[in-house]
Amino acid sequence: MEKFVTHSGVGAPLRHSNVDTDQIIPAEYLKRITRTGYEDALFSAWRADPGFVLNDPAYAQATVLVAGPDFGTGSSREHAVWALNDYGFKVVVSSRFADIFRGNAGKGGLVTAEVEQAVVEQLWAYLEAEPGAQITVDLQARQLHAGEVTADFVIDDYVRWRLLEGLDDIGITLQHSDEIAAFEKARAEFLPTTR
Amino acid sequence: MAQTLSEKVWDAHVVRSAAGEPDLLYIDLHLIHEVTSPQAFDGLRAAGRPVRRPDLTMATEDHNVPTLDIDKPIADPISRAQVDALRANCAEFDIPLFRLGDADQGIVHVVGPQLGLTQPGMTVVCGDSHTSTHGAFGALAFGIGTSEVEHVLATQTLPLKPFKTMAINVEGHLPEGVTAKDLILAIIAKIGTGGGQGHVIEYRGPAIEALSMEQRMTICNMSIEAGARAGMIAPDETTFEFLRGKAHAPADFDAAVAYWRTLVTDPDATFDKEVTVDATALTPFVTWGTNPGQGLPLGASVPDPAQIADPTEAAAAAKALDYMGLQPGTPLRDIAVDTVFLGSCTNGRIEDLRAAAGVLEGRKVADTVTMLVVPGSVRVRLQAQEEGLDKVFTAAGAQWRNAGCSMCLAMNPDKLRPQERSASTSNRNFEGRQGPGGRTHLVSPEVAAATAVAGHLAAPADLQEV
Ligand code: SF4
Repeated sequence: MEKFVTHSGVGAPLRHSNVDTDQIIPAEYLKRITRTGYEDALFSAWRADPGFVLNDPAYAQATVLVAGPDFGTGSSREHAVWALNDYGFKVVVSSRFADIFRGNAGKGGLVTAEVEQAVVEQLWAYLEAEPGAQITVDLQARQLHAGEVTADFVIDDYVRWRLLEGLDDIGITLQHSDEIAAFEKARAEFLPTTR
Repeated sequence: MAQTLSEKVWDAHVVRSAAGEPDLLYIDLHLIHEVTSPQAFDGLRAAGRPVRRPDLTMATEDHNVPTLDIDKPIADPISRAQVDALRANCAEFDIPLFRLGDADQGIVHVVGPQLGLTQPGMTVVCGDSHTSTHGAFGALAFGIGTSEVEHVLATQTLPLKPFKTMAINVEGHLPEGVTAKDLILAIIAKIGTGGGQGHVIEYRGPAIEALSMEQRMTICNMSIEAGARAGMIAPDETTFEFLRGKAHAPADFDAAVAYWRTLVTDPDATFDKEVTVDATALTPFVTWGTNPGQGLPLGASVPDPAQIADPTEAAAAAKALDYMGLQPGTPLRDIAVDTVFLGSCTNGRIEDLRAAAGVLEGRKVADTVTMLVVPGSVRVRLQAQEEGLDKVFTAAGAQWRNAGCSMCLAMNPDKLRPQERSASTSNRNFEGRQGPGGRTHLVSPEVAAATAVAGHLAAPADLQEV
């Protein structure tokens, strides 16, 4: 996983609360065999509407999604995180995240920045007034900046450490490769292999 | 300190343990199939990581594959793409794969044990919830998600918090005509589909010790249906004899057995939860509803939701009866079926086929019933043919198919049509599990065969003498 220290990118105002994972990626896309290539699946029902925010060319390069409370509720599908990643999002800002979604996001390297709903409202107003404006998300300082808006955000300590170090769960385990190798050396001779 | 069987196996696999962190558990055997692995391999490629131990990994094609015309390309393009992806991934990462048509192809949980890959005291994982099957050998075996599949491929370990322990003590012996399937269905009906949540269940007692390995696998297979992470049975002479001579049995068998003998729960060890079941009181058991806990003795009648005290249970029962198209008070024996499915990782082994063939010998499947016999693996199919069981099935009017999951989950062409009713030896009677709108009654192989003959739910004892 790439290290995430600070990121600046176009912010997209998604004026919705309760964005459930069925909206983020409908079930019909779960039959695919890949973990990547879900960019077309992201918000596919909403994107059929020409007025949907991501269809506005000003937000075409958006990498920071700013959404209302209860983002990522519903099913546990990891595909929701994959679809956001594939579309190009690095950060989702919201005033409340569903637990499972937040966990999956941490695994997939997507930053979930939790702020007060008042901050979300300020960001929405700013991004709509200046379409294509940037948001800077500083994970080290746990702070975001956009125009006049500066706000602290909340993210789990352990997840923040992992993202700063660029470590996924597998990366962390691989730091203990020596211990795994030592364990393997001591395994009983009679244990089977599939060869 | 006194330990339970599962605690002993856990401790023997802890690579690393630190305060505030999950234990890092070593995985001895990783089984793979086409449905839950493609994204895991994709993840490895994206990160440029190799598979740490392809020699502790094994793949087979089972969930999607057809049971007819297996020499032709798979007709469904989505299924074919998943199978092709598995083939490409196994070739790229050097993982042994049993392809459709290979002598060792079959349902992942049938293949592992029959090759002798599943042994006492091992940790076994697979991206499939019925990995609990392998616990019949005294292995700690559990299902995992796709991210965890990738984690095991890359590291041969998993970070996990220890599971809680639960004992199910089965006292006495199963009466004549009562099988392991009846026992596990009765256990799930007793403790409920959430009864084992967060726990490893250890099945103990004289009734369990008397079971064959295949029957023990039937029991452990359905642990997940009671909500448990895993099921286990302590290894004993039955286990050792089953493994002796198997392709992957230890070369130094005696050294292995000496270790395996230590894999028992210490006499003064305690479990987080204990349940006792009286085997002597059991009779053939079938499900009437849409979860595996909604079961009753075959001699009973469809329950009346109005008589169920617990409001949640009552509502669930009413909803299930509506889906199943059943009236309260109907004797279970009066329920007519269209389809009988004999197979799956629960009851698709040679003993299951022998038991069903024993009932069908000299009898005919009713005109109103279609019966599918799907061996759990190619080896099971070949063994059955050697014993002439295929002739018994076809003479009775049943269809003799190739190996795979088949109608257990209907990812391949073998499906119930809407409102069709089956008696099935599989493990899940969820809405639509065997095909959209299909209605499933879970039964033992013996009851499945008798039902095929009678045209309605029945036990062998209900049939006329031949
Ligand atoms: S037979 Fe059924 S339960 Fe067993 S692995 Fe196949 S689909 Fe899963």
